[in-house]
Amino acid sequence: MKVHFEVNGRAVEVAVEPRLTLADCLRHHLRLTGTHVGCEHGVCGACTVLVDGKAVRSCLILAVQAEGSKVVTVEGLSKDEGLTPLQASFRKHHALQCGFCTPGMITTAHALLSEEPDCDADRVREVLSGNLCRCTGYVSIVEAVLDARAAYKGGTS
Amino acid sequence: MKMPPFDYACPATLSEAVALLAAHDGDAKVLAGGQSLVPILAFRLAAPKLLVDLRKLTDLRTIKITPDGVALGAMVRWCDIESDARLRTAHPLLVAAIAHVAHYQIRNRGTVGGSIAHADPAAEMPGIAMTCEAEIVAMGKAGTRTIKAADFFQGALTTALRADEIIVEIRLPAWPAERRWGFQEFARRRGDFALAAAAVFYDPDASGKATNAHVGVIGVADRPLRLPSVEAVLNGAAIDAGTIAKAEAATTAAVDPDSDIHASGAYRKALAGTMVERALKMAAEQAR
Repeated sequence: MKVHFEVNGRAVEVAVEPRLTLADCLRHHLRLTGTHVGCEHGVCGACTVLVDGKAVRSCLILAVQAEGSKVVTVEGLSKDEGLTPLQASFRKHHALQCGFCTPGMITTAHALLSEEPDCDADRVREVLSGNLCRCTGYVSIVEAVLDARAAYKGGTS
Repeated sequence: MKMPPFDYACPATLSEAVALLAAHDGDAKVLAGGQSLVPILAFRLAAPKLLVDLRKLTDLRTIKITPDGVALGAMVRWCDIESDARLRTAHPLLVAAIAHVAHYQIRNRGTVGGSIAHADPAAEMPGIAMTCEAEIVAMGKAGTRTIKAADFFQGALTTALRADEIIVEIRLPAWPAERRWGFQEFARRRGDFALAAAAVFYDPDASGKATNAHVGVIGVADRPLRLPSVEAVLNGAAIDAGTIAKAEAATTAAVDPDSDIHASGAYRKALAGTMVERALKMAAEQAR
């Protein structure tokens, strides 16, 4: 069936089988391979994208359910030149090693900081508990997110 | 893995959705938030012919608060409960329990109706429905009926819902302002399914003794349980250290959980007692 939605500000029309997840649609049909697929059943958080501004797991949404939505992937949270403040903070704090979980961490952290730019370390840990990282031990990721809060205050970024 | 193939429908009305379910006679499944159904499909534990998506039924996403209580539309999401400030006084136990449901991204999609229909024995919402004597309103081809929570949950992932029925609303009875309550859950990681959790409430009389005690536990049986033997310990008693110790002992005597890969039965049994103990302490501390 045909499905229409917006990805990173661009209107798309894709012909998909109903069983195709939004994650696979983004990767295979739209070639947006920044969204990573880890567990395929809603446990690891690597496939997190924003749908109508809310962080969701794109492996637990069918592409057909995205009809009419605004989807933002990790590609939509970057810019052509240089790093965003959140990316720069991840780099500064060594918040990634292998990088597989990073797209999910960035999208989740972006949603959290957009909603709650004053969140504390406990809140960051609670929200990131839905994203598995097998390299860093999380400490550096939490520090990176906390350090990026300033960039989200006043509705910027 | 990749899901088995199925057809997809996204009806604009509830009656169309019911007609689709009725026409498929058990071979169609309702898709609400998809946060339990999609993993089941990904594991290929189910292979329905048709998914009926309820996302266009926006009427089902309302939270009504009246003198009779709180009515949650079936498509109300966990994040809707978190962000509705009225519920913090209209049903504080619900709000406290929902804080333990899954992780951030799942709370943005998962629905109360989906959780009730899925009926995981360790899930919070079925536990709250049991503890609070909720009524579950379901619509099918024969019309609308109201099912008591105690009759609704029939086993692990098994409910009284018929193949052509859709949950439309969950009704929680009114919550008096002076009610004391507690909720405690233990999971290996916040957001994971409970190894055990307890919800308690009671209405103190003029002398502070408990009346109308309700005690519910999850994660220790094939369905959420209410524990009448523990409620009997509490009713007419002051909720002090002695009563709480008796309630803890009555809880461990009342439950007989199986062992599984997450915990032994003996561990869960002890944990259920500890959760009831801590929930009662939480309730008693509100009285001061």
